[in-house]
Amino acid sequence: MKNLWLFLSRYNAIFWFIIFFVVAIVLVVRNNSYQRASFLNSSNVMVGSFYKQVNSWKSYLALADANEKLTQENVLLRQQVQNMIQANPVVDSVHLVDSIEQGRYAFIIANVANNSIHQKSNYLTLDKGSADGIERGMGVITSNGVVGIVLNTSAHFSSVQSLLHPDTKISVTLDTSKVFGSLVWGGNIDPRFAMVRDIPNHIKVKKGEKVYTSGYSLFPAGIQVGHIVETGITSGESFLDLKIKLTTNFSNLNHVYIVKDLLVKEKQELEATQDNG
Amino acid sequence: MGKVIIFNVIRFLVLILLQIALFKNIGYYNLVSFYPYILIIFLLPIGMPNLLLFTLSFLTGLTIDAFYDSLGLHAAACVALALFRIFFHKITLEVDMQESFNTPSLAEMGTKWFLSYVFFGTLVHHFTLFIIETFSFTNFLYTLASIILSSIFTVLTILLMSLLVYRKKSRISNI
Repeated sequence: MKNLWLFLSRYNAIFWFIIFFVVAIVLVVRNNSYQRASFLNSSNVMVGSFYKQVNSWKSYLALADANEKLTQENVLLRQQVQNMIQANPVVDSVHLVDSIEQGRYAFIIANVANNSIHQKSNYLTLDKGSADGIERGMGVITSNGVVGIVLNTSAHFSSVQSLLHPDTKISVTLDTSKVFGSLVWGGNIDPRFAMVRDIPNHIKVKKGEKVYTSGYSLFPAGIQVGHIVETGITSGESFLDLKIKLTTNFSNLNHVYIVKDLLVKEKQELEATQDNG
Repeated sequence: MGKVIIFNVIRFLVLILLQIALFKNIGYYNLVSFYPYILIIFLLPIGMPNLLLFTLSFLTGLTIDAFYDSLGLHAAACVALALFRIFFHKITLEVDMQESFNTPSLAEMGTKWFLSYVFFGTLVHHFTLFIIETFSFTNFLYTLASIILSSIFTVLTILLMSLLVYRKKSRISNI
């Protein structure tokens, strides 16, 4: 016992240190949300990776079962597809917008035959062309965002200048203030982000605000393009630059819609007379 | 004895005030920040009991935490600094010096000793502080850079302050 006391008093600095330090760390972890979150996370990482490992061992044992189930499901799906093809002819145009605008826009469904996202100028190829009524300069959208503009068409294919291209410029508006700017890919290398340019400096912009197409260009108004993730990147001018996260996921595009503006000729003719006068 | 306590209290008040009113607002992004308030702990009397030293360090840290909204963070770093202080004194000072109640200031201890004392102490404090603050070893190089840069600036500030209040007294060791 005496030796224990001697030991404790000799190294008392270390023991006091441990006590005080532990108290401080407990305070940190209990009261600061960041450290609490990462404390729990790091323990979750251990638990999680353990379960993942166990699962990967277990899944081997169930492989035969899983195979059996998948083949059965395949047979079932194949039967259904055959029935559907016989019952329904292929759908090739749907309407996506308001009934007021129905007279103005028609949509053509196409599949993406080729796609690139990692180049400086990205293009897509669609499996429908002029035979299906696609023309140069039409807009291309998906169910949740904007894809690009038709560049060239052949009889059965068309190439699309993707939004991820330095020359693509699309007119957009902000959700709350309704001011319009132009959507460009800008200096981004990341296919998930783009920039909105030409928004005047005095406009108050919130993070997370949604961005829609304005209806001035090839696209119908009100298609969501993305939401703002970074504000106030000034280019030194009297305009704001906003970084937005695109709703379109360019890395797994499959079905797209080509927007056919039925009144485009009328609009262009009218605008041409303005230029002359 | 009474004089020493009063000096320490005044030093505490002035340095805490400087830290929260001035140095909190100075910095280079997240990379460099100044914490010269640790001079309070550096300059506590040499021969004080360990328990008292730890308690005072802990309280100093907690006071800073209250203003930085980071409960426990500075307290932990200050406690680590107190442990360093005890070891450093034990290694570098003679026994009769260890028992005395002198303030280990620049004038009292000489430049070389004071410089290494402050430099290594600041490293210990900042290392603990930044590691607990980031609370992970991801991006460790960035953390290390900010530890070293912040330490340099803190040491420079502490030296400036020490030189400002430098009064030549009876020098124990001659450089």
